Amino acid sequence: MADVIGNKLIVMPVKGAYIPRMDDIVLGRVTDIGMSGWQVDIYAPYPAMLPASETPMRGRDSVRRDLRSIYGVGDLMIAQVIAFDRTRDPLLTTKGRGLGKVSSGRVARINNTKIPRIIGKKGSMITMLKKETGTDIIPGQNGVILVTGRNPDQELIAIEAIYMIEREAHTTGLTDRVKAMILERMKGITVGQ
Amino acid sequence: MDGRRLDELRPIKLEVGLLDKADGSAYIEHGRNKILAAVFGPREAHPKHIALADRAVVRCRYHMAPFSTDERKSPAPSRRELELSKVIRESLEPSIMSEYFPRSTIDLFIEVLQADAGTRCAGITAASLALADAGIPLRELVAGCAAGKIDGKVVLDLSDNEDKKGDADLPVAFMPKSNSISLLQMDGSMTEEELKQALEMAVNACRTIYEMQRDALRQKYHIEREESEKGEIAEVKA
Repeated sequence: MADVIGNKLIVMPVKGAYIPRMDDIVLGRVTDIGMSGWQVDIYAPYPAMLPASETPMRGRDSVRRDLRSIYGVGDLMIAQVIAFDRTRDPLLTTKGRGLGKVSSGRVARINNTKIPRIIGKKGSMITMLKKETGTDIIPGQNGVILVTGRNPDQELIAIEAIYMIEREAHTTGLTDRVKAMILERMKGITVGQ
Repeated sequence: MDGRRLDELRPIKLEVGLLDKADGSAYIEHGRNKILAAVFGPREAHPKHIALADRAVVRCRYHMAPFSTDERKSPAPSRRELELSKVIRESLEPSIMSEYFPRSTIDLFIEVLQADAGTRCAGITAASLALADAGIPLRELVAGCAAGKIDGKVVLDLSDNEDKKGDADLPVAFMPKSNSISLLQMDGSMTEEELKQALEMAVNACRTIYEMQRDALRQKYHIEREESEKGEIAEVKA
């Protein structure tokens, strides 16, 4: 997809592999435990590493912690990319607000090129989604989105909205149509407080 | 020629993005050939030692289904399939900007479901589209077409019957934008003059096929282009 703005030509792939960038927030799944950290699948052409030194310390450095007790194989986490270049696999950290193990909610996986559409202009789309479904939505730059709500039905509606946005990302008036779909679905359920 | 003019292409049909699980896919019907191409990648290099430090490794498997030919073809890779896999890979590699994805692999699969001569060329045409469908940055598309010689006459796009009776077969893959040939093989015998004629015929056919490839892509992503003119998506990205 190409667009001309002034004298610049912007070419955006409609589809493509996720290439990690510094400071990206991503959702990943632990695939292996090593001597000093975990190997994490962030759905990119490169496996990511989360070193144990990049997890929040609790001041008990003298005690050798069992890595398995922090993350086991198959665990889901929200992490941030702190290093990536042409010569190394991406490095992650979970030190930071909102980062760490995911223990509840639902996950949607969409094409990473559609994430900007989920967020919307100045966050307009994602704000609407969160407000209308009453859920918290964390979009990973790698196309994995975490949805947490008090009510599983709300989560399902948010997920449905996300897939709808992915399918129709290229159309106009999408925000309004998604909102209408959500309101329609929300009628049938009781909102948890 | 059996029915067609000397320089007439067999009918071609192209479809893009028909497989869900592959990152990119394309299907071609070229004459009676029916071929599927699928792309996975860029993805992690397995085994690790295969990875290159500065670019992606491109792997290609050309395979003919047991039911693709008159006599059942054994599913085991034959010497011919091994050779065609290499040759097809080499014809597509120059078009792939593999420097964008160091230490990863791009895997290409070409499966011939029905064969009627010219499968490597049709496979290249489809594989090029599949690469584009996967969102892999390409310098340009590659189109493939074969020419040959029957009864002393230079002829375009041989079918299996024609190839069996023919004196020479010349598969060609061509990149129109950079005006370069990325595959050139010959089976049989031709004079230098005949070779020049056949090559020119094949290259022109490739140019035609290239336009068909672009149309196939346009059709698949047509709506996206319309909407982007309105500037909505561009704003979201900014």
